[in-house]
Amino acid sequence: MSIIIGVLEEGLIYAVLALGVYITYKILDFPDLSVDGTFPMGAAVTAMLITKNVYPAATLFIAFFAGAFAGSLTGFIHVKLKVRDLLSGIIMMTALYSINLRIAGKANVAIYNKETIFDNAFLDRMIPPAVKPYMTVILLLVITIICKVILDLYLKTRSGYLLRAAGDNEVLVTSLAKNKGMVKIVGLAIANGFVALAGCIYCQQKGFFEISTGTGAIVIGLANVIIGTKVFRRGIPMKATTSVILGSIVYRTCVAVAIAMGMAASDLKLVTAALFLFILVISSYKGRKVSAHA
Amino acid sequence: MLELSHIEKYYHAGTVNEMCMFHDFSMKITEGEFVSVVGSNGSGKTSLLNIICGSIPLDAGTIAINGTDITRMPEYRRQKRIGRVYQNPAMGTCPNMTILENMSLADNKGKLFDLRWGTNKRRIDFYREQLSFLGLGLEDKLDVKVGVLSGGQRQAMALLMSTMTPIEFLILDEHTAALDPKTAEIIMELTGRVVREKHLTTIMVTHNLRYAVEYGSRLVMMHQGTMIIDKAGDEKAAIQIEDILDKFNEISIECGN
Repeated sequence: MSIIIGVLEEGLIYAVLALGVYITYKILDFPDLSVDGTFPMGAAVTAMLITKNVYPAATLFIAFFAGAFAGSLTGFIHVKLKVRDLLSGIIMMTALYSINLRIAGKANVAIYNKETIFDNAFLDRMIPPAVKPYMTVILLLVITIICKVILDLYLKTRSGYLLRAAGDNEVLVTSLAKNKGMVKIVGLAIANGFVALAGCIYCQQKGFFEISTGTGAIVIGLANVIIGTKVFRRGIPMKATTSVILGSIVYRTCVAVAIAMGMAASDLKLVTAALFLFILVISSYKGRKVSAHA
Repeated sequence: MLELSHIEKYYHAGTVNEMCMFHDFSMKITEGEFVSVVGSNGSGKTSLLNIICGSIPLDAGTIAINGTDITRMPEYRRQKRIGRVYQNPAMGTCPNMTILENMSLADNKGKLFDLRWGTNKRRIDFYREQLSFLGLGLEDKLDVKVGVLSGGQRQAMALLMSTMTPIEFLILDEHTAALDPKTAEIIMELTGRVVREKHLTTIMVTHNLRYAVEYGSRLVMMHQGTMIIDKAGDEKAAIQIEDILDKFNEISIECGN
């Protein structure tokens, strides 16, 4: 049971990250590596704020805006300074490593003894002891669903339409008398906002900030998105955002299974990479079969 | 009125491949004119459109619309007053969005894309009416993704979308060239109707000499960055396909083809 809860908790945290990656990778068609920097950035900001006794729920919003700011810088580098998309992300990711250390003060910051959104006096008073073990997962589910609904609603607004158009057909955005560069910057900002929010939740759930948590965040995000959009949406019709969340949980399950089969915790990144490769090969194989029929 | 004055455009300037596209090129297009532009490949037809739209920069010269200098205006800002249909039907629509979403996008051209709903439900009837004007039955497929439509259907939608909001110029960039002859005919007829009904000033580049002769109030033939034929009014009305074809052959012999 505790394994299932653990998988769900991790899956839901990474689902928020995956919603962000979904925006850049699927909607904007922009391989955004700055995610490896903005995810720990969300965690660093949170650890710093919580040690300064900032109200834990407020850190969610502050982390989002910090990530959005970093994302818009990636966009600025790409759009205004005309650096290739992949390189803009790498530049931002590398710069953020040092910036995150500055924000947090050091490479490890523990916040075990501090109040977080998952562990505070208010919850202690309100929640009966029987529900306690499930409290974190319930809270995570609520946060993830709120994020999903907000993103779904946003994509139905005029601004959201334009974002989708920018990924679909840049020329049309210009034809609509809109600056496609600005649309990309907005998209990157929102995406990295979600990623940093995931980092914030991750930090509060684990009770610490650790500089290396960002390594491979983009791979996890991409794996979640690809499992979700390639595997799930073939069967049952559902919103892409829903499938991305499910993809995230499935991916965590796969990782948990690999660990249970005797891999050491230090092998986690290897497992992550191998699984991602496996998913890519499987999904492109499926894609090829489809195009062969077309 | 659109005014191009003393345009200079070089490709690969400063290299051994330097090529002069336009040298001291000037052209005036008055309001309500429908200009058909023909010419061989590399004669400067598409470059002309790209210069008007701002897709490529100029080396010298000025462009003005109704007296306002737009030479330095970025492409996306010019598009507020210009509608453009491309040769490739995929360029004018978003394949992964539905017909309704595409129509909504086009309807909001030039307006603020803020957090209001992308589709205004009260406009749906208007979109239906506009789509039925095409006569392709698209008004009953509002929730279908544009990507599954045929090239002809997409081009018809692109034409509709680019002329939905009030524009001053319609730019047609070989917009029937990628379609089969029958679909091309339908799109061309549709173009004629849209231009007439909305009184649009139009510039159409085409390789189809018959369209150039049948449609439009002015005919221009481009060769090596200059207009070697430029006829309007009665002179244009009297022109025959054979006349243009002869001129074409003349050029080809000159070029050694």
